[in-house]
Amino acid sequence: MADGNTITARGIPAAIAPPRAGTLQRLARRRSTLAFLMTLPLLAVIGGLVVYPFFYAIELSMLNKRMTRFVGLDNYVFLLGRETFQLVIFQSVLFAVSAVIAKALIGFVLAHVLHTLPARGQRKWRGMLLVPWVIPPAISTLAWWWLFDPSYSAFNWLLAGIGAAPVPWLGDPGWARFAVILVNTWYGAPFFMIMYLAALKSVPDQLYEAAAIDGASAWQKLRYVTLPMMRNIISITVLFSLIVTFANFDIVRVLTNGGPQDRTHLFGTYAFQVGIQSGDIPLGAAVSLFMFPLLAIFAIFILRGVSRRTKEGL
Amino acid sequence: MAQVSLRRLVKKYEGDVQAVKGIDLEIADHEFVVLVGPSGCGKSTTLRMIAGLEDITDGEIAIGGVVVNDIPPRDRDIAMVFQNYALYPHMTVFENMAFGLTLRRFPKDEIRRRVDNAARILDIGELLDRKPKALSGGQRQRVAMGRAIVRDPKVFLFDEPLSNLDAKLRVQMRTEIKKVHQTVKTTTVYVTHDQVEAMTLADRVVVMNNGIIEQVGPPQELYHNPTTKFVAGFIGSPAMNFIPARLENGAGALRLHLPEGIVLPVPPERTKRYAPHAGQEVLFGLRPEHLTEEKPTDKANIATFQVRPEVIEPMGMETLVHFWLQGTEVSARLDPAVPAEVGRPLTLAADMNRMHLIDPRTERVL
Amino acid sequence: MSGASMATGAPAAPAYRKVGSLRRERRWALIGAYAALAVFVVFFLLPPFHMLITSLKSSAEIADLSGNPWTVSRPTLENYWALLTHGSYPIHFRNSVIVTLCTVAITMLISIPAAFALARMRFWGSTVLATGVFLTYLVPETLLFIPLFQIIGGMGLYNNMWAMVLIYPTLTVPFCTWIMIGYFGSIPKELDEAALIDGANHFQMLWKIFIPVALPGILAATIFAFTVSWAQFLYPMAFLVSSDQMVLTTGIVSDLIRGDTFQWGMIMAGALLAALPPLLVYAFLMDYYIAGLTAGATKG
Repeated sequence: MADGNTITARGIPAAIAPPRAGTLQRLARRRSTLAFLMTLPLLAVIGGLVVYPFFYAIELSMLNKRMTRFVGLDNYVFLLGRETFQLVIFQSVLFAVSAVIAKALIGFVLAHVLHTLPARGQRKWRGMLLVPWVIPPAISTLAWWWLFDPSYSAFNWLLAGIGAAPVPWLGDPGWARFAVILVNTWYGAPFFMIMYLAALKSVPDQLYEAAAIDGASAWQKLRYVTLPMMRNIISITVLFSLIVTFANFDIVRVLTNGGPQDRTHLFGTYAFQVGIQSGDIPLGAAVSLFMFPLLAIFAIFILRGVSRRTKEGL
Repeated sequence: MAQVSLRRLVKKYEGDVQAVKGIDLEIADHEFVVLVGPSGCGKSTTLRMIAGLEDITDGEIAIGGVVVNDIPPRDRDIAMVFQNYALYPHMTVFENMAFGLTLRRFPKDEIRRRVDNAARILDIGELLDRKPKALSGGQRQRVAMGRAIVRDPKVFLFDEPLSNLDAKLRVQMRTEIKKVHQTVKTTTVYVTHDQVEAMTLADRVVVMNNGIIEQVGPPQELYHNPTTKFVAGFIGSPAMNFIPARLENGAGALRLHLPEGIVLPVPPERTKRYAPHAGQEVLFGLRPEHLTEEKPTDKANIATFQVRPEVIEPMGMETLVHFWLQGTEVSARLDPAVPAEVGRPLTLAADMNRMHLIDPRTERVL
Repeated sequence: MSGASMATGAPAAPAYRKVGSLRRERRWALIGAYAALAVFVVFFLLPPFHMLITSLKSSAEIADLSGNPWTVSRPTLENYWALLTHGSYPIHFRNSVIVTLCTVAITMLISIPAAFALARMRFWGSTVLATGVFLTYLVPETLLFIPLFQIIGGMGLYNNMWAMVLIYPTLTVPFCTWIMIGYFGSIPKELDEAALIDGANHFQMLWKIFIPVALPGILAATIFAFTVSWAQFLYPMAFLVSSDQMVLTTGIVSDLIRGDTFQWGMIMAGALLAALPPLLVYAFLMDYYIAGLTAGATKG
């Protein structure tokens, strides 16, 4: 009833200003100052190390290679005209979309399967299935790298066992792209699984019981109860994963370093190669900033989904 | 211990919503006052203003003769019991009760003494080392009261403390609260929406509605002499019947013409009081307990009439009979021995000594 | 449930005809579930398993192409021994520990008071700031590492691991603040009011009520900050070049690959040891770990 009123009262002092500014009002003002001081370090981090670098990136991306001259949008135009960069755009989209679809599907299936298990066994299986997400990707990709080794590949050893020819995992552009997507799926599917599992658990059992009594089949329960109840969390998870996958660095960097023939470069790894390794800071900044519009759109949709969740109180 | 005074107290929320519209109230030392009313009537807001949890828009609150408008809650020397108890979940019962004293830097042995004393009053001595999670609803309620008692404040504030308990426990805790007040005698302001709680606990009941005080008085007075239709309808359960009627003057005696041709005589001793309103449309108010079966012992001013019961609710110690008079539902309380049947004519006796007449326009009792 | 009892009780009640068997259906569904899980557990645990096997092999056994890569014939700890006694692996490990601990401490010092202020002491612009915090959490590190490279260079912190302590909070603080706002927000308001009446000031309220009550949330946030700092790869890759400043994620490869010779046994041993701290945290604090993971979308 009175929830939050002590707070809002201060927000509009003009509307309900009492005849005199008493001690309580002074206290309220002091509280507001205190609150500001408590958030100051947070503001410093966000302002100094996120917002400022962002604008600095825009400035950098408009300089020439030696950072002595303003060149406007030349870097962007140059990049767009370059075949390698066109490949990077295509590969980033391909990588993000296919990896996210694979992760979402696997995660959904696993969450469902886990949800059908009795509660006691669930914990153990869930514990094992989340392991890929727990190991730092830069570390676990080393294991994959070794599994894909041209001469010692343990996968090829298994293939040889069934009489198949060895696969050039990281040597052939097509296979390399597949490998990169595979590793990302391996790393990210558990995250989807855990998110969906949490969402599944939040669907009240009575809904399924009601649906069963109404004569719904298992498929209809999924279609008319589970999916609508999970729609919001599915979209939040997918959008979030699109951002993270699209901006991935670790896996490609360790596994292929963009090769062969730049066929697995993403925005992140390409920006690193151009900006840090080749020393063309402005061009690298421009490569990174190309990601921004897409990321911003995804972020806005996530924010919408999250605030809707908050409003619905789910 | 202290008296509490509210003077022209106003609370306005954002958007010019007036929750409390200038109320005056004097609460005497040691008094147990209950603010009662429907949700949104401003009773909780009033209590929270006394506690200092809400700013006062206008008017004054004084505790023990000191205006506390600008004093923060911790310096008002009050203690409050919340609806959901608001026990600190990470502290034991002892720590919960001691928290206020610890913050005020009381010496350790004094804290121990006070907590033990409160625990004895409330009979929660064995629970002191438990966490709130391990307590039942009634036990939590006791701890919340204990937290208030140890502080030995000037005023206790209770904000719907029993509404989270089941019906049985509520009755038990109600007695408990009354007992505690008789022991510690601290001035108490108690907010509830339950009129039974208000009637049983209060020295004086304050009935609030729409941000104003409708009536203040001891429970019996509110029951017998309500001054407004709201109070008449709010106090008492089942609620008072209100039947549209016409007051007619016939040969020096006043009569009430009810729907469906029922005519009831007004007791002669009320003639002087109601005579100015003769010829007017009024609301005839009569509690169900004053509309019963015919009894051989009936005294003067009992009027009888016939009705056809439409719903019958046997309650065990009594039977409620409901019927309709031209769209107005009317209830009567009968002895369960009376054979009542739906649709079969039944003679009812109205105790006209307990009648009320209400002006339908001002909604004031005449 | 009733179906199961009907199936078992069928002989006793000849008047009823038995139709279908819910129990058998359920059992097949469960067998299918376990089969699907087993397939994915194998897929998910294959790389770490292969990592472990390789790390236990001698260089000779690894190089032997006729051997089975999935088994180890003569297990040895020589890779681990070499790693821990020679070379700079212990230094990288130490650096990772220092950077991570400092980052976690700084993150908590910044996000707990900020979350308290944003959850309870709303002030001018606080809602905008809360939204801003969430958006910042969505900024990936690949977007800003180049300007940060310039900024770090300008501060003279290039190739200095303390630069990591400065930058990592940008990855941890927003998320931790965001989920702490959610945890603090779920504390009933009456608890503040009770504390206010009991005589607590804002610091006492935070320290004596909010932090203890929201301890599970703080633990979840701490675990998150720990895993993010421990796993960070891009920043150390871009900003640290000399071995004595490197952290584990970059150090393993840079140190153990000399030209074309890959010391796979040691690489895998190093990787396994580097993966151990987060795995241990996960194993012992799984519930808090998962709470932190799912909090982003379910809280706030």
